[in-house]
Amino acid sequence: MSIDRRHFLLGSTAAGVAGIASGKIHDGELGGPVQVIHGAVPWQEGTADSPPGVSGSGYSYFTNIEAAFVEAALARLIPGDPVGPGAVEANVPFFIDRQLAGPYGRGDHLYKGGPWPKGTPEQGYQSRFTPAELYRAGIAAVDQYVVVTFQGHTFAQLAAPEQDAVLKGLEAGNIALDRGVDAKTFFSMLLQNTKEGYFSDPIYGGNKDMAAWKMIGFPGAHYDYTEWVSRHGERVPYPPVSFMGRPGWRNAS
Amino acid sequence: MTTKLKPVDVVLVGFGWTGAIMGQQFCDEGLEVVALERGPWRDTATDFATGFAQDELRYMWRHHLFQNLADSTLTIRNNVNQEALPMRRLGSFLLGTGVGSGGVHWNAQIWRFLPTDFLTRSHNEQRYGKKSVTDYDLTVQDWGITYEELEPFYDQFDKVCGTSGKAGNLRGQIHPGGNPFEGARSSEYPTPPMAQTYGPTLFGAAARELGHHPFPHPTGNLSQPYTNTHGAQLGACTYCGFCEKFACGNYSKASPQTTILPYLLQKGNFTLRTESEVLRVELTPDRKRATGVTYVNSAGEEFFQPAQIVILSAYVLHNVRLLLLSGIGKPYDPKTGEGVVGKNYAYQTMSSVNVFFDDKILNPFIGSGALATVIDDFNGDNFDHGGLGFIGGAYIAGMVTGGRPIEMIYTPQGTPAWGLEWKHAAAKNYLRSFSLSVHGSNMSCRGNYLDLDPTYRDVHGLPMLRMTFDFNGNDHKMSDYLTDRAAEVARAMNPREIKLNRRVGSWSVTPYQTTHNTGGAIMGDNPQTSVVNKYLQSWDVHNVFSMGAGAFPQNAGYNPTATLAALAYHSAAEIKTRYLKSPGPLV
Repeated sequence: MSIDRRHFLLGSTAAGVAGIASGKIHDGELGGPVQVIHGAVPWQEGTADSPPGVSGSGYSYFTNIEAAFVEAALARLIPGDPVGPGAVEANVPFFIDRQLAGPYGRGDHLYKGGPWPKGTPEQGYQSRFTPAELYRAGIAAVDQYVVVTFQGHTFAQLAAPEQDAVLKGLEAGNIALDRGVDAKTFFSMLLQNTKEGYFSDPIYGGNKDMAAWKMIGFPGAHYDYTEWVSRHGERVPYPPVSFMGRPGWRNAS
Repeated sequence: MTTKLKPVDVVLVGFGWTGAIMGQQFCDEGLEVVALERGPWRDTATDFATGFAQDELRYMWRHHLFQNLADSTLTIRNNVNQEALPMRRLGSFLLGTGVGSGGVHWNAQIWRFLPTDFLTRSHNEQRYGKKSVTDYDLTVQDWGITYEELEPFYDQFDKVCGTSGKAGNLRGQIHPGGNPFEGARSSEYPTPPMAQTYGPTLFGAAARELGHHPFPHPTGNLSQPYTNTHGAQLGACTYCGFCEKFACGNYSKASPQTTILPYLLQKGNFTLRTESEVLRVELTPDRKRATGVTYVNSAGEEFFQPAQIVILSAYVLHNVRLLLLSGIGKPYDPKTGEGVVGKNYAYQTMSSVNVFFDDKILNPFIGSGALATVIDDFNGDNFDHGGLGFIGGAYIAGMVTGGRPIEMIYTPQGTPAWGLEWKHAAAKNYLRSFSLSVHGSNMSCRGNYLDLDPTYRDVHGLPMLRMTFDFNGNDHKMSDYLTDRAAEVARAMNPREIKLNRRVGSWSVTPYQTTHNTGGAIMGDNPQTSVVNKYLQSWDVHNVFSMGAGAFPQNAGYNPTATLAALAYHSAAEIKTRYLKSPGPLV
């Protein structure tokens, strides 16, 4: 870790906290400001640890070819039908794009030091790739496999049953990929990120209109169920709520 | 260059539950105490507010409150014939960091170990013969302390947390509605049990029908407001379902922040320094006494903090690594069985059974960290193990910690993990499914241990800890037997179908299991077989005390926090009454 990531001030006062809270890093990593706390529970304005939501539209990490792959794959991982939205309608490709463009994509929480032997399945993720790098290499490697196997087509150009067959092959590790990509590792990250985008709070760009929560009956960021604890077998009637509230709140005016 | 700081009476290395407990105990005694925490300051109003606390993606899957492995991790392998590789991503267990640490993102499941759990070797050997404690290369030991000695300190912790529950054994009298198998309690729980939702209620009825003894899970998520022994006030839990892996924004979950820090931080003789990581304990030339600790802060500046007493109050894995890096105690060698530091690393043997209904709405999102009805009929030695071929057991809990949909959608046996069939199964079953948790013991054995890795190093250039661990035959037999018992209760709930999630194969770092790592700095009555004595005092360096679940010689079928908190209070009491007057070995 380089020293320039660190924000630092050391000092002491008779009561409270010394240190600077601006640029506060506290995402589990080392390297935030040193604080010396003495005489009182510290409190400082402007330091609330509110979540890093996303805004805007369009892709900032995926290339056009990558976007076509991701949209095609997600349409098969969670297809849309009258029961509930598909991953694409729920805006999950956009969610994944923004995740990969941010700290998660950079492997912010991964140990990245070598050496890098493959290891046993029990030893878990041992790739040198960050998540963003794994998508880049993984998509290219799957398309390369598909072009060879299906006469010049990319994954996005295949019919749905063929796409399903490729995805099942990746899931089972039956397809060998080039470019140093382990098929099972790539597939499991893609599926995990898809479910994350489908079911996480809409502030992160997916779960559009909270439709995935509505489908299963999850009320979202609802905070107090006390009155429902003992009402056994009754359906809780609240529509889902996000950190941004819910549409009904805005329409009420 | 190392800057030498003003000497203090006590330095605390790490500031979670045991650091807060020891800080409060020593500051009340008038000692000058400095706590060094390698992570950041965190508090409810700023960091855990209810307006953004219920965020599954950020906390569970992006590990916002946990140790960032980019800086430092440990290496892992299943046995000595494998090459240990770094745990590159959190999975099986979620290491804490920052003020409060695991005490912030725990479930607050508050259990006492059984009286016989403290006598794992002698009790089982006497009842089932020597083979029962030596098969599968088991290296289980007695703790060197009894339940009766610890009871007042369990009681002390309950009164700090305001634990909600119903006593089953009050001063030897068995009371209906509580756990009839528990050791005798000196007082009732400070607050009554939480109300139970539909799933746990159905579980309790089915268990009772089978002749078992269901009771509400004891919990530090409070059923009603409570003011504790330090004047800290907790509020009633709102059952929001974001407890484990999350911080509570409602002051309803017992944590260092909600129970001890408001009192401790006001004391003039207490100082906390965050972003300060201890590299080693410094010893006198004869290595009989510690002079203090060397630490580095986030600016890369190095300090020596002299202290009369060094309390290792970091997480198990960090305490053991610090002992090894500081050369305190003889490292364990699995080939010879000699040495003690790193010996008897253990974990928890988890399995579960999912239950699916057609006709019942269970509302799984109404939950809390310990919202459960439990049976303890098959834990520890609460049942006859004759002919079963294993020791230990588990509690079986019909539990709803929440219905967080990325992690906790249960689908029936044979459902694919994606596609239309998965989506339909998720939509159909989410409100109508339930999980029974089988929380099993983990018996120490010769090949499971901790030492320093020969290859991988952390940001400071120091060797990482290396974990060598796999479930042994005793663990698998116990878990299979207990999972079958859970399945019987599940079937008695009359569901459409059930799904058994047995503990199969080798330990894997990937799926989350539990953050109950134990051992490696074990306690006992003999310096040849343990690292610390019953007061958690190093046998080798008398002014070093190693707190936490590292002291457990093996892990019982319960959550560890109340026991490690009781051990801390027990240690503090002895330091205050005897050690301060006459520093030296307490045994």
